[in-house]
Amino acid sequence: MKRAIITVTGVDHTGIVAGISSVLADLNVNILDITQTIMGDIFVMALLVDISGLEDITPLVNKLSEEGDRLKVKVSFEREEIFRTMHRI
Amino acid sequence: MIFTTEEILETVRMIQLDHLDIRTVTLGIDLLDCRRDSVKETVRFLSEKLKLATDGFLDTVNRVGVEYGIPIVNKRVAITPVSLLLSSTDMEEYIYLAEKLDGIAKDIGLDFIGGYTCFLEYEVSQSDRALLKSIPAVLNETERLCSSIIPATTKAGINLDAIREVAPIILETAGLRDNPAVCAKLIVICNPPPDNPFMAGAFHGIKRGSRVLNVGISGPGAIRSALEKLPENSDILSVVEEIKRISFKITRAGEFIGKEIANRMGIELVGVDTSLAPTPEEGDSIARIIERIGVERFGAPGTTGLLFLLNDALKKGGLMASSLVGGLSGSFIPVSEDKGIAEAVSSGAINLEKLESLTNVCSVGLDMIPIPGDTSPYTLMGIILDEMAIGVMSNKTTAVRIIPVPGKRAGEWLELGGLLGRAPIIDVNRFSCKALFERGGRIPPPISSYRN
Repeated sequence: MKRAIITVTGVDHTGIVAGISSVLADLNVNILDITQTIMGDIFVMALLVDISGLEDITPLVNKLSEEGDRLKVKVSFEREEIFRTMHRI
Repeated sequence: MIFTTEEILETVRMIQLDHLDIRTVTLGIDLLDCRRDSVKETVRFLSEKLKLATDGFLDTVNRVGVEYGIPIVNKRVAITPVSLLLSSTDMEEYIYLAEKLDGIAKDIGLDFIGGYTCFLEYEVSQSDRALLKSIPAVLNETERLCSSIIPATTKAGINLDAIREVAPIILETAGLRDNPAVCAKLIVICNPPPDNPFMAGAFHGIKRGSRVLNVGISGPGAIRSALEKLPENSDILSVVEEIKRISFKITRAGEFIGKEIANRMGIELVGVDTSLAPTPEEGDSIARIIERIGVERFGAPGTTGLLFLLNDALKKGGLMASSLVGGLSGSFIPVSEDKGIAEAVSSGAINLEKLESLTNVCSVGLDMIPIPGDTSPYTLMGIILDEMAIGVMSNKTTAVRIIPVPGKRAGEWLELGGLLGRAPIIDVNRFSCKALFERGGRIPPPISSYRN
């Protein structure tokens, strides 16, 4: 299974979870795990998603970036292996 | 979640805010089998080979970059040194070959192609001389071809006659079209590693495989940022441990991305270079790391000690992370490319002599340093000789990438633009070393080179 972590950071307001998850639903990307927290004043959400079904990642990355702009939050997308290589021996 | 929020944020922060990136993916291609009797035939064969060997390279690199979410800045090719591909006494033949190589790089869409290289540590042959003489025209008339010249190694010693021929070439390269920036593509190097992915010194070493991949990962910003989070009064061992920890992480990420690209291309990843390569971006600076640890300005007493600490911790973290660590894998101190170092020069915190002393404890050498255009060729020879001596004696890579700026004086600024940045012109010591170079010959290798 190909998995990725989508990280959303920004000032907390309503609709962030809904906005991001609807982009994922539209592209048929399943959310496997989700965590969110407030650090200082900053809203932080991380989603572990299954991207096995996607031939090309670019549309997802672009849509997430557009949705991030609309919601005024920063959205980043990295493959899960990046975190695994950095944080697990 | 399989990772903690802190772990996820640390990685995201490194990439988004601290400019962590794969600085270069460099494809090494062996062209020895393209040698033919004439330059035209050689060019015909190597053009074919380069096209085939790079097929899908850029596309794969770009896809991996987007998919994994790590920026990959440069896509380059390192080829077998040109001096081994062509033996000619006709400078025009080298220019022809160089223009073709540059054209191929442009067609493929490479950022740079490295390997306009000659080895002069034992002698300057007639064909080497033709190649050397072509350099000013070649670097002024091509865009993406990089040149390296090797006048010294620990095994051979230092060829004074070679240095004597090379210094005027550098001055001529800078002055030919009044465009000194082209000197950024020219490096004089001692003990060059055969798997260096960074320009201008990259070439594909002999017997390094027919088509292999090297990556250079770089994150001075990530290290600076981690050190900023340490309490002000942390002891020096905590600083060392923090640098090792970050170096380990970024090296692992670099190796992973490199392997992914290599796998998709059906080739082998042979080297991960963990060099800290600064950029003019605020915060992406070696000087800022050193200043953060405890000197007021880069160049203050204590700087050499801290640069040694940084370089050593970087290597230890990197070596633990990957068995493929190679190339240069140290800190670069390119004056124009590092905003903090350029400022240190401007404020008088550091001069050419201290920069030279720093190269004892880091890679690569006197790098991206503008000097007055009226510098005497002999002075430039002396500067090169001193830097080569450090490399020869310490059995390490050292290099000189100096930019003589015609018509400008010390203290004026040279604007290079983009990733090459800007720097004040540094004054040189004007006392003569002419008598030394008039002696000529070769300084024999040091006793430390006799290891058998």
